Amino acid sequence: MFLRPKTSEKLAFATLRLSMALVLAFVSIIVIYITVNGYSALSLDFITQMPMKRMTQGGIYPAIMGSLMLIGLSMAFAIPLGILSAIYLNEYSTPGRASWAIEMAINNLAGTPSVVFGLFGLALFVKYFGFGASLLSASLTLALLIVPVIIRASKEALMTVPQEYREASLALGVTKWQTTRKVILPAAIPGMMTGIILSIGRVAGETAPILLTGAAYFLPRIPDSVFSQFMALPYHLFVLATSGTSIAQTRPIQYGTALILLLIVVMMNSIAVLIRRHYRNKLNR
Amino acid sequence: MMHRKKKEKAIESTLLMVSGVTVVALFLLCFFLFREGYLLFGDYSIISFLTETSWYPSSSPAKFGLLPLLTGSLIVTAGAIVLSVPLGLASAIYISELADPKIAQLIKPFVEILAGIPSVVYGFFGLIVVVPLLQDLLDLPTGQTALAGSIMLGMMALPTIISVSEDAINSVPTALKEGSLALGSTKWQTIYRVVLPAALSGISAAVMLGIGRAIGETMTVMMVTGNTAIIPGIPEGLFDPVRTMTATIALEMGEVPQGSEHFHALFAVGAVLFLITFMINLIADSVKKKYRLQEGV
Repeated sequence: MFLRPKTSEKLAFATLRLSMALVLAFVSIIVIYITVNGYSALSLDFITQMPMKRMTQGGIYPAIMGSLMLIGLSMAFAIPLGILSAIYLNEYSTPGRASWAIEMAINNLAGTPSVVFGLFGLALFVKYFGFGASLLSASLTLALLIVPVIIRASKEALMTVPQEYREASLALGVTKWQTTRKVILPAAIPGMMTGIILSIGRVAGETAPILLTGAAYFLPRIPDSVFSQFMALPYHLFVLATSGTSIAQTRPIQYGTALILLLIVVMMNSIAVLIRRHYRNKLNR
Repeated sequence: MMHRKKKEKAIESTLLMVSGVTVVALFLLCFFLFREGYLLFGDYSIISFLTETSWYPSSSPAKFGLLPLLTGSLIVTAGAIVLSVPLGLASAIYISELADPKIAQLIKPFVEILAGIPSVVYGFFGLIVVVPLLQDLLDLPTGQTALAGSIMLGMMALPTIISVSEDAINSVPTALKEGSLALGSTKWQTIYRVVLPAALSGISAAVMLGIGRAIGETMTVMMVTGNTAIIPGIPEGLFDPVRTMTATIALEMGEVPQGSEHFHALFAVGAVLFLITFMINLIADSVKKKYRLQEGV
């Protein structure tokens, strides 16, 4: 072209740097904006009190508890399912129809939109199994949504365990399952943890699936059984920000709720990064 | 000894059954989605569903036309891809080719946070910051437009596009780059004449996955696009409110009696959405496989 190679290189590199800076600016602007505006809403009362005066005042205690229960219950389903599937895929399966079908199912489930999972949960758990709009239906739906994430991360963790570990253990006459449980799994657990922690952030933030399967607009108590409806942080934020007559009035509560959601995600991400780093240093030593 | 072998066999079968849950889940998902959607077509013709140009679920007779919702989803997604692909690709090149490895390690967690922010928080930010900004800047009657949706979805698709293209760029053999540099090309010439063409199929997979992410997104678009079910003009429809397939399902399902015609219509929309993302995944997958084959050569 008309530009000298060195000049066009300078221009191109400047564009690349600018693009990266823009992306980093997006992250920073969102995080800083929510933090600055949400900070003043945060207090001990905000996280320990019930909503008051038609949600225009008071705290978000039931939404926090609802989200925690949702995370606990869906993880209780998804973690064993995910880890055992990964063990099968990486340690036991041989290429063939079964492993092809499982891999295909995981890929497709991972690419399915969350609102479609919501429809699925509504048809299967709420309606067909008769669990109703409930904590149980929503947790099962979210569990299916994150299982592919957990399987992939766990499988990757298993793949990094050196082949010598398996061979050495098997050569000592230890069975395959004992080898898996006592040798391979302990070595892979840090890697699995990062995947699990990241999916906790995902469960905390998902809104569309729980909106169809059991999240309540307003419920001034903590769910007392898995068949009860529940409040959750992301749905609470959505409700306050988009419906009702007092949107402007509840702005501080909205910022506060958004900040708590953001804090959960940033915290989970940081823990995952720390585990990864710690583990990598250990390997390099 | 026999006992031990039997136990091992039993464990293996159990593991196979547990991993089979994902296959069963996918099967049930298809079954329920299509069955509940199919029930619409008892009273309502499938031709009207596919060709009717309006979505009036509460008029009598009700009209369940897919087109306004489908075009709504398409225009928002197209806008998002136009915004996020250049930016994401440039960032991926920066991270893998230009940045000091230490700086790249610092940047990655930021991109992961971008991926982790819940969609409802993006929607909230869009509603409070981007929507009023667009309304003022472009002097629109409302800022809740397809464009607002595209901007927010573009941001949300960035992490996917960045990480998948970065993988593709990193998998280009070093020998190729060194060969080009040894012939006297500049680093930039090497990047755009050698590295990018070699990584092209991986980059197209990244774009496909970004499209899949954008078209399936619900809460963000629901909060910033205004949700008016009108077939948008192209391109001026970018500045009008639109309603996507995802937003329709999430908005209307709460008020619909289970088993009604409207209920089944929403499932039919969900089934269409599933088919679209299914095909996108299939394409992305086959593109990825192709470049793995090329590498093998």
